Amino acid sequence: MKALKLGAVRVPIILSVLTLITLWLAVAAPSGITTIQVNSNANSTGAAGEAFRFANITAITAQSAWISFGLTAIVTALAWWFSLTARKPSRWLSIGFGVIFVFNILISLFNGQTMTITALLHGSLSLAVPLVFGSLAGVLSERVGLVNIAIEGQLLAGAFVSALVATLVQNPWAGLVGALVAGAFVSWLLAVFAIRYVVDQIIIGVVLNVLIVGLTNFMFSTFMSSNQALFNSPPRMPSIDVPGLSQIPVLGPVFFSQSPIVYLMYFAVAGVWFALYKTRWGLRLRAVGEYPKAADTVGIKVYATRYRSVMIGGALAGLGGAFFTLGQSLAFGKEMTNGAGYIALAALIFGRWNPVYAAFAGLLFGFAENLQYSLSTVGSNVPSDFLLMLPYVLTVVLVAGLVGKVTGPAAAGKAYIKS
Amino acid sequence: MSDKLKAAKPAEPNAAQQSTELSGNRFSGFARELVTGNALIPVLAVLASFLVGGILIAFSNESVQTASAYFFARPGDTFQAIGQAVFGAYDALFRGSIYNYQAGNFSDGILSLTQTLAYATPITIAGLGLAVAFRSGLFNIGGTGQIIVGAVGSTVIALYVPIWPGPLHFIVAVLAGILGGAIFGGFVGFLKATTGANEVIVTIMFNYVAAFALHYSLTTWLKAPLAVNPQSSPVPNDALYPLLAGDAYPLHAGFIAMLLAVAAVWWLMNRSSVGFHFKALGHNPSASKVAGININRTYFLVMAVSGALAGLAGTSQILGTEKYLGTGVAATYGFDAITVALLGRSNPLGVLAAGILFGGVRAGAVTMQANQNVPIDSVYVVQSMIVLFIAAPPLVRSIFFMPKQKEVRA
Repeated sequence: MKALKLGAVRVPIILSVLTLITLWLAVAAPSGITTIQVNSNANSTGAAGEAFRFANITAITAQSAWISFGLTAIVTALAWWFSLTARKPSRWLSIGFGVIFVFNILISLFNGQTMTITALLHGSLSLAVPLVFGSLAGVLSERVGLVNIAIEGQLLAGAFVSALVATLVQNPWAGLVGALVAGAFVSWLLAVFAIRYVVDQIIIGVVLNVLIVGLTNFMFSTFMSSNQALFNSPPRMPSIDVPGLSQIPVLGPVFFSQSPIVYLMYFAVAGVWFALYKTRWGLRLRAVGEYPKAADTVGIKVYATRYRSVMIGGALAGLGGAFFTLGQSLAFGKEMTNGAGYIALAALIFGRWNPVYAAFAGLLFGFAENLQYSLSTVGSNVPSDFLLMLPYVLTVVLVAGLVGKVTGPAAAGKAYIKS
Repeated sequence: MSDKLKAAKPAEPNAAQQSTELSGNRFSGFARELVTGNALIPVLAVLASFLVGGILIAFSNESVQTASAYFFARPGDTFQAIGQAVFGAYDALFRGSIYNYQAGNFSDGILSLTQTLAYATPITIAGLGLAVAFRSGLFNIGGTGQIIVGAVGSTVIALYVPIWPGPLHFIVAVLAGILGGAIFGGFVGFLKATTGANEVIVTIMFNYVAAFALHYSLTTWLKAPLAVNPQSSPVPNDALYPLLAGDAYPLHAGFIAMLLAVAAVWWLMNRSSVGFHFKALGHNPSASKVAGININRTYFLVMAVSGALAGLAGTSQILGTEKYLGTGVAATYGFDAITVALLGRSNPLGVLAAGILFGGVRAGAVTMQANQNVPIDSVYVVQSMIVLFIAAPPLVRSIFFMPKQKEVRA
């Protein structure tokens, strides 16, 4: 970034543009008040009683928009000052800016309505779970040198098999195991075609997605939909309150009164991070993804490492798929993943192939996606299509503005042929 | 996806090694198959896919299920039921896609073939667009969005500029579609060139953006008065692609546009210097840069050409097949186009063949669903199987007990 002149002032420029948007929001702010409710309505979301309840905050929309503008302007000025004095603007500056900016937009959007923070967070997390699992699958696969476009297929297979198995066995945990196997199977197919038959990895990924969509749709319309009770009514997976942690005000019920799949997600993110960066296994895995020839030379089994890592990733994506059905106690529906695999792919690249960053990117996408739902239920006066568009536009802005050029694992996408 | 990113690192000790690894799997593959007498493989791949499809059809068929309940008492019944189910389904597929021999006369029977070609038109054109991007090392998943923007462009001209004489209106409407797709695609290339934004993310996101913008437009300014659903008014006749075979057939001049596009892409990629730059970029961006190619401009051009073709596919929907703009205008064509481009190995003639094949399967599936109750989703399975098998010749060889080829992995 230093080589580019544009690179040095990239952050301040982006912040300036966004500050202009806050100015516009302030000028155009409708008269009205926004009510901010911190806790959700008494005990409506979960069993966990909340120890603290905060009083509702009312904000005059126009006023808060001007305050936000002032704050963002200060942050932007700081960023310029840092850049022009040849210092790197602190990452915290951008993060602080983002928080103010998002909050400002929220208040403007919810003008005249009540914004419930816990409900927003809760919904975001729910939508983010498949994305996080999917992006972990991508991390494990691409880090070992296989581009995984088939995340969508792995999620969908997980959703389908978990619903089917859970219904047949009448046990959600069996469904979860089924999802693991289904996801791993799809990624095994990916690996076989990519490694054994040396098919272009992007081709095979796209094709597997189409195949899984076709197979699940076909089975859904031939036997599942006509006999929902027998094949497609997965039992509910009860949510678990983590003792102690779920009592934390505001955050507790959101993060620790959840479906077990969500807890698995926390462990998966931490586990993948630890395995990749702190174990010998992870080091070897990354070596295979960066320079398979060298890895082979020192005696690492390239093919075996690839198969293993890709399949572990696929199993995780299967879990993410299971969240669509078991996690939300829904029946399977045609193409119910609805492009989540592609969003997960974006989260993975956005998170620079790092499991923790990718997970945060997944949460961000989940938040943006949830926003549109909650706004359409409260009946905001912004046309819903623009709200729906928001997360995707923001992603482009972020990718183009802040992330810029990212470099993935060097050998991703290339077949390794042992000579 | 990231091979170009990788190649951007200048000091790459095994670059040569890797380029031979790469060429082993995609581009030289087809030529090698031809010289080693492997032209049979695609035929066998299609055959194998239909076998798999047949298994699915047999499983889902009700009379097969009833007969298999007493399989051990009278196994013949089961096999007969399977035979009837599979034969019935593929008979319907043939009647729906190539020639309906039950129609009585030739002019009704051949309707099926024209439907195949009508389905093939947008898939092939969009597939050509993606093929250009793939050859240039860019992975354009944005076919859907670019089709939508192209379709909106041509709808706007067709509906709101009705005063021009005859063919001019039609021509401008088509050009507007192409331009719309080119701008939308080119913007991705521009972002990649200026900021380094990964085109995979951006095109995925733009698909959603385009879909929502389309829905917004169709519920507000583009909405047909009195319409209940979000859709535009019908396109006036003078802006439509002329029908090629009379009113009874759906085949329109979009088909001609498709053939022209095939020729144009072939010329662009194989005979023009711009196309040479595209391919050079696809092989090695840093080498291209050193060789004096303006790679930023090339990124933009590649995506603009790719988007323009997708936009042209959009016009064939609006001004040819559907004749109005609805939310489903892009249908699954954006993703079909990816499969078609991959199956055709990003080679214009290959894409044409793959597009017609998929158009046929699509057209036949409609008949198959109507007559034989086979869900239309079986098409996706057959389509993806075809690509899988074609991409992996050793697999086909082992299915059909053909001798193993030496040096498969070259």
